[in-house]
Amino acid sequence: MSRMSKAYIAGIYEHPTRKAVDKTIPQLHAEVAIGALKDAGLTKDDVDGYFCDGDAPGLGGMSMAEYMGLNLTYTDTTETGGSSYVVHVGHAVEAIAAGKCNVALITLAGRPRAEGLTTLGARDRGGELPERGFEIPYAPVITNMYGMAAMRHMYEYGTTSEQLAWIKVAASHHAQHNEYAMLRDVVTVEDVINSPMISDPLHRLDCCVISDGGGALIVVSPEIAKSLGDRCVKVLGHGEAVKHLNGGNFDLTYTGAAKSGPIAFAEANVKPADIDYASIYDSFTITVLETIEDLGFCEKGQGGKFVSGGNLISGVGKLPFNTDGGGLCNNHPSNRGGMTKVIEAVRQLRGEAHPKVQVPDCTLALAHGTGGQISTRTGAGTVILGRNDA
Amino acid sequence: MSQQERVYKDPDINMETEHYWEGAKNGKLLMKKCNSCGKTHFYPRAICPVCSSNDTEWYEASGKGKIYSYSIMRRSEIPYVMAYVTLDEGVTMMSNIVESDFDDIKIGKAVEVTFRKTEGNQSLPVFRLSK
Repeated sequence: MSRMSKAYIAGIYEHPTRKAVDKTIPQLHAEVAIGALKDAGLTKDDVDGYFCDGDAPGLGGMSMAEYMGLNLTYTDTTETGGSSYVVHVGHAVEAIAAGKCNVALITLAGRPRAEGLTTLGARDRGGELPERGFEIPYAPVITNMYGMAAMRHMYEYGTTSEQLAWIKVAASHHAQHNEYAMLRDVVTVEDVINSPMISDPLHRLDCCVISDGGGALIVVSPEIAKSLGDRCVKVLGHGEAVKHLNGGNFDLTYTGAAKSGPIAFAEANVKPADIDYASIYDSFTITVLETIEDLGFCEKGQGGKFVSGGNLISGVGKLPFNTDGGGLCNNHPSNRGGMTKVIEAVRQLRGEAHPKVQVPDCTLALAHGTGGQISTRTGAGTVILGRNDA
Repeated sequence: MSQQERVYKDPDINMETEHYWEGAKNGKLLMKKCNSCGKTHFYPRAICPVCSSNDTEWYEASGKGKIYSYSIMRRSEIPYVMAYVTLDEGVTMMSNIVESDFDDIKIGKAVEVTFRKTEGNQSLPVFRLSK
């Protein structure tokens, strides 16, 4: 029996660049938008809804709408860090179902690498942040904040560096087949744990790449999807959540996925065991490990065992993940990986992933985004997607 | 190895938090407690994040706690210890662990507050392993 879908993902595009020294950020947004529209068989004149996050230049989406020449009746600039684009898919589906728009464009673009940005400097976005005085003087950076989550998970559940390393190993097995991936060499568990320690217990190879580029998605109404053919993918369920420090009473061993996952699974009326392929946000290996537990692919605390031995490698393990190489090896454009998570899940459901990593008869896929920092304030977005005949 | 000290950035101070930073200058770690629900929260706010009451009150914390988690930032020019410390008062706060050898730092170890001057001469609560 074919499942109902309120809207479909009709177009995807991942920018091939990983270092964009000769392009502006608006230009990258426009290039990915044109790529996704072409993939869908639409033009920018078909777009009536536009979604971007706070990373896009300008006030909300207005500057980018003007740059690209969009004529909009709907816009949403929800900002939940790297999970934004997964959240945007859910919001686009609801806006389409409510009749507010018919063709939604979602874009991400950035060039941190060309601009020479690293993650070492304290991230100070300024403004009236209420928590700032209680954090910035202590020099929180992305790596030490994720390091604290990993350290606590190891303390409570006996998770090891070797287990975390298996996540990178699996990603590298997939990346070898992706000609655009930044890191294509297959690595071993030993390679990961012998790479330099960045912030205990995270080694260099526990961390994702820094890359330029971006991506775009087109979400359309069922009527338009029908006219575009069977490369359109169903959006069966969506969940989102925000987790924070809760007045100083928090637990670093789980993420917002513990809330967003069950909401998405319930809406799609499927179980974790039904998922053929999963795109899991992988800013660091620990991000994947905690998220896999939170989404219910294994019990809390058993993630280390679950990912070991190649269980995430396509064709080898039970849960093929991030078959493009993920953020760990392929691409983490603008330090925000949710976009590429959705894109690879759509490729899998269309049967358009690289033949070496394509999951046979891939019918149901999950994409999960994690934004902000799992050790402070973090956004979570989960979508469950189905092949056109799912 | 014993730690080399790094330069601490100044905290942002505003109307809601100036009392906290005045306390730090006097060697006190101040917390906010809600008179309506009785809970301590961190960071200190005018409005209680647990029950939304505006009847919140400052008090001096013991300055003692345990390491909830930590990460040693080795890639920094001067390596340092990022940590979350759970105070005896029940709330967990971000801080740095100073003075102590990196190898001695473990989750669950007892720590006590001490203070460091920031670049603008403000006092910043940090922690060291309890003797």
